[in-house]
Amino acid sequence: MSHEYIPEIATDRDGNKHEVQGWQDDFYGGKLGFWLFMFTEVLMFGAMFMVLAYYNTLHPEAFIEASASLNRLLGGINTVILLVSALTMGLSLLKMRVGDVKGAKLMIWATILLAIAFLVIKGFEWRAEYNHGIFLMHGEMLPESGMAFGKKLFFGMYFTMTGIHGFHIIIGIGLMIWLLKRINAGKVTPAHHILHWNIALYWDIVHLIWVFVFPYYYMIGAGGVAGGH
Amino acid sequence: MSKSYFDETHTAIGHPKSTFMQWMLTVDHKRIGLMYAAVMFTFFFVAVATAFLMRLELFAPGAQFIDGDTFNQAFTLHGVIMIFLFIVPGVPAVLGNIVMPLMIGAKDVSFPRLNWFTFWLYILGCIVALASLFTDAGFADTGWTFYAPYSLTTSTNVIFTLVAAFILGMASILTGLNFLVTIHRLRAPGMTFFKMPLFVWGIYATAWIQLLATPVVGITLILAILEKYFGIGIFDPAKGGDPVLFEHLFWIYSHPAVYLMILPAFGIMSEIIPTFSRREIFGYRTIALSSASIAGIGYLVWGHHLYTSGMADTAKVIFSFLTFFVAIPTGIKFYDWVATMYKGKIILSTPMLWALGTIITFTIGGLTGVTIAMIGVDIHLQDTYYTVAHFHYAMLGGVVFLFFAGLHYWFPLVSGKMYNETHAKIAFYLQFVGFNLLWFPMFIAGYYGMPRRYFDYLPEFQIYHQVSFFGAVIFITGLIYMFVVFFKGWRNGKPSGTNPWNATTLEWHMPSSPPPLENHSKVPYVDFNPYEYHHGEPVVKFDYETMKRID
Repeated sequence: MSHEYIPEIATDRDGNKHEVQGWQDDFYGGKLGFWLFMFTEVLMFGAMFMVLAYYNTLHPEAFIEASASLNRLLGGINTVILLVSALTMGLSLLKMRVGDVKGAKLMIWATILLAIAFLVIKGFEWRAEYNHGIFLMHGEMLPESGMAFGKKLFFGMYFTMTGIHGFHIIIGIGLMIWLLKRINAGKVTPAHHILHWNIALYWDIVHLIWVFVFPYYYMIGAGGVAGGH
Repeated sequence: MSKSYFDETHTAIGHPKSTFMQWMLTVDHKRIGLMYAAVMFTFFFVAVATAFLMRLELFAPGAQFIDGDTFNQAFTLHGVIMIFLFIVPGVPAVLGNIVMPLMIGAKDVSFPRLNWFTFWLYILGCIVALASLFTDAGFADTGWTFYAPYSLTTSTNVIFTLVAAFILGMASILTGLNFLVTIHRLRAPGMTFFKMPLFVWGIYATAWIQLLATPVVGITLILAILEKYFGIGIFDPAKGGDPVLFEHLFWIYSHPAVYLMILPAFGIMSEIIPTFSRREIFGYRTIALSSASIAGIGYLVWGHHLYTSGMADTAKVIFSFLTFFVAIPTGIKFYDWVATMYKGKIILSTPMLWALGTIITFTIGGLTGVTIAMIGVDIHLQDTYYTVAHFHYAMLGGVVFLFFAGLHYWFPLVSGKMYNETHAKIAFYLQFVGFNLLWFPMFIAGYYGMPRRYFDYLPEFQIYHQVSFFGAVIFITGLIYMFVVFFKGWRNGKPSGTNPWNATTLEWHMPSSPPPLENHSKVPYVDFNPYEYHHGEPVVKFDYETMKRID
């Protein structure tokens, strides 16, 4: 809204005045809406974790074996990258709030670069798995292959969840580029930065989901097959 | 006199001159609600026509007009349209959009442009859903539930329907989100949660279900798509997957979804009963909180769809036990409504007739639901016409009847005109009689073992199918009659004035009828309960220019 929004006043029977909350300029409402939207992300991934946990109880050993074969180094680096990117995103929001628009933009760019680095590393991981004959509709994952059911299910969910998570990263990059455009156009300013706030929130949920994805896929087999969970 | 929302609008993009583009781009909640209604009832009639085609085929045993495969596609089309395109968005998208902001004294919903976007997302979903009708492989034949493993192996175009259901689910989530924020943020000053009209409570409970249950079915549909086209294995027994898991995930959403359909409809009932009894509603808080508790309990009962699918006996008993609990808050509502009417000044206008008719039909639908929540009975009646009759009594005789009641009730608010009451009542009686004639024989047929979704049957079931057929003819006649009455009312009805029913809630305290663009001329201060009557007259009166109380 380019023009200043002036809230209406309602008067009760005793003559007291009450400010009316309009839909315009409702910072709190904008935040509330996006928090609610984040619930839906949590439920979507929650349902997938439930599927994963269900098959884990059916095939505990195959899950550990499959998990042991994942590349923990690359997965770990990716975790660190995402955590740092959450930090840069948070810093960009802090800078925006204190009025440092240029610093905020710089931090958003840093977040975008880290997000791209994450995707590149994820791509290398998937390629290595593909070369080992493990990929959807390919090699060991076909119904006729002899790989254990538990492993097929583990990798099926692995590609599904890391894929959907990666899709969220791509959307996040798009959102951040859009945010930069809005900042440049003067639509997102230190006084009016709800879009920035919500995109930062989105990025938080994306990294938070990874914080759960990483241990469940990479770490349950970290102790080796004979070792503990 | 201010202009109505038919003359002026705000738009999402630009400042279009043509009326058509103004409607397409409008962010006004009342216009968006009307557009939803137009699209939704068009599809409703398509689904009714499909159902009639099936009734026609079932008039006699054996194949008459269509073959078995077409029949499978017909009931899938009927289910997909009725569930995803009509009844899930139904009451919230149409009446919730039009009436809810007016009821809480808001100028619009919290995110008007998101509301506009949601409408077009819904349209996109409709197009994708029906696009496969015109492809070679044809419309899905899986039933609207898309059960694995059949949905993964069928050669029909099930992907279109899955994608469409996902998009429509997304639209449903965004509607719910918008309404939740609206109800939390935009209530008029002084209106606490327990001063909200009960329809708003219904919408509020619904919005939570839309928000918290729909994502589960969304991801389930995505997993089904990934399974079908990328072979991830989780629903495919050839890779160790478990098809029953699909049923669980599907019903985790889809059972709460039936409460998502009925709760706003119950809200309509709670508006109509006090208005036409001219009496304050009995047990306001219990009705409000029972909506919330139905929404809560509704999450924990999905397993009753799976009694025969293979589930631990302990789980069955628990799910059965929990399912009975839903009947308690529902029963509370019904007793409250009946108690409201006691010693009231009952006026049998058309909306009230629909509400009273629903008390009968929904009681039958609800109580038969309790019978099939019992494990033993359900194993006998699972997938029979008994179940079909049960959910049509609950959905058509509950949700849709109350939807119609709401359409009659708020018609003068939306159009500023009144339909012909006599004709509207005749339409009601036709539909009420036709409805019972159509569905009640199915309880008996189902009890004797007539399975659902069969396109052929044994000769001894013929009598039930034929009675049903005649019921369907009467019902559809009444349905068309009702819409003709609406249409004529819209064209040549008498001006209704702002408050034709002597109702008390805020949407009837408008400066003009139909309402102006930004609703109330001033936002009122709400220091009264929603249904205050004294000797059959509304207590609260306003000066509509300043929105100050003058009683």
